[in-house]
Amino acid sequence: MGISKIWVYGEATEAGATAGTLELLTKARSLADTVEVVMAGDAAAVAAELGAHGATTVHTVGDLAGSLPGTRVASAIAAAVAAGTGPDVLLATTSYDGRDVAGRLSAKVDRPVLTNVVDLVADGDRLLGSEPVFGGTTDVLTGFTDGGLAIFLVRPKSFAAEESGGGPAAVAELAAGDLGNTGTAVVKDRFVEESTGPKLDEAAVVVSGGRGLGEADKYEMIETLAKLVKGAPGASRAVVDAGWVPYSYQVGQTGKVVKPTVYLACGISGATQHLVGMKGSANIVAINKDEEAPIFGVADLGIVGDVHKVLPKLIEALQARG
Amino acid sequence: MNVVVCVKQIPDPADPGALDPETRTLKRDVKLILDESDSYGVEMGLQLVDAAGEGEVRLVSMAPNNEVSGLRTALAMGAESAVLVSDEALAGSDALSTAKVLAAAIARCEPDLVLAATESSDGYTGTVPVQVAELMDLPSVTFGKEITVEGGTATVKRQTEAGYDEVECPLPCVVSVTAGVVEPRYPSFKGIMAAKNKPVEELDLAGLGIDPTTVGWAGARQEITEIAEAPAREAGEVIVDEGDAHERILAFLDDLKVL
Repeated sequence: MGISKIWVYGEATEAGATAGTLELLTKARSLADTVEVVMAGDAAAVAAELGAHGATTVHTVGDLAGSLPGTRVASAIAAAVAAGTGPDVLLATTSYDGRDVAGRLSAKVDRPVLTNVVDLVADGDRLLGSEPVFGGTTDVLTGFTDGGLAIFLVRPKSFAAEESGGGPAAVAELAAGDLGNTGTAVVKDRFVEESTGPKLDEAAVVVSGGRGLGEADKYEMIETLAKLVKGAPGASRAVVDAGWVPYSYQVGQTGKVVKPTVYLACGISGATQHLVGMKGSANIVAINKDEEAPIFGVADLGIVGDVHKVLPKLIEALQARG
Repeated sequence: MNVVVCVKQIPDPADPGALDPETRTLKRDVKLILDESDSYGVEMGLQLVDAAGEGEVRLVSMAPNNEVSGLRTALAMGAESAVLVSDEALAGSDALSTAKVLAAAIARCEPDLVLAATESSDGYTGTVPVQVAELMDLPSVTFGKEITVEGGTATVKRQTEAGYDEVECPLPCVVSVTAGVVEPRYPSFKGIMAAKNKPVEELDLAGLGIDPTTVGWAGARQEITEIAEAPAREAGEVIVDEGDAHERILAFLDDLKVL
């Protein structure tokens, strides 16, 4: 009994393995005998870090040479599964590339994916995934009813990353095989948009703006305030849908899950869609004109007031402190 | 330039819905509307067809009970026609089943480009576009912010954690688009009237040549083992701003030592 082998889809930047990857490794080693990573790119660069979080081997499909990772990594995993050397479970972070890997793999091996998973529970020799539904009011535990590869897309921040004390993981090449027509998308250029503060899903303080700001220009107050508290700016879906800020700012069910020390919701009513992405925050402060707004139901400090009056004063007071 | 846009008709998100305690699926007894997430793909498709100077936007959707009310909204925006797949055997379909159905329906349209939202507002699995691409043996670019098409190649600005990548992809391909990247047009009165007469081809699984045992409940191969109420968060203190609320916020932040 028990799960024998879990592979975690590993993602890395120049700064090392992503937090999501290390979180999944930490959880995976409590669930399976063998935990390994499958990734694209330079595995040697992160082998020590991945090993320290529980991976014994890092399988790499090699340099992507500009192609997107999803197709190639999925193809390699499918080939390993077909050869009998693949995992029982594939865990990927709900990230831009993680979704590509899980989706491609799912269709390749004709296995469903459990998505938006926030907890993993062992159930004999299978794994169950817990998913919050209805704005996080209900938790649903789901498992696969037959054997074969189980694919889970797990939300970042579902687990805390902890080192296992393991040595560097061994690096192994994994052949992706012929991708044919599916591998023809090529990255021509990468653009980094300037952002000075911490990342939205890693910041200790998140300042989010919603429709209550009234117009796009007013979002500047959120950026200014976020800078002053050394936090990250975020947004509700309404603001992203209106085109004020890009999708990467979005906090919520469709967007990022954040769990900062303090979440400051400004002009956000607190639709279930939004609450699911932020109600795990340690402390929540909300400013909203409407005293009936659902956001006050989760706020530790609720201010019934106009963001256009409260925020400028707050910004001024923080600037005065220097 | 023929563009297929995948659209989902969903219960109004303002009404969060509930699980049927018997079947453990989403109760669907309300009128369906066009998922707002899909309006961006529809708009982008219309703009690309405009830019190409020829072609049309077709919609592909899967819905219970031949539901068309959401499709009419997208047709009123300017899409020319729709393919709608309904079949009782599709009840309980997960993302992969949905992708199988959409891929088969899209293939009939022989599009140059397939657009979809990055994720639906009700299911938000976010895997359907790539699953469709894989099943159709097509390349894909997800999280598109901007698309231009020239000489049989789509150039897509793809959202990344740090900014965006410029990705080139030969047609035909599948691109998923993020919300907010274009401003979806409001259907004109003329558009709404015209939409009533636009063709909606209705298909079932037999019409698509899909084995009913590979989709729906049978294809999902998963079971819900437990449904539990999530622990609720306690509401704290709520005060009315008398002009000094910012001081309360500062004191709160000071107490937490985050400044």
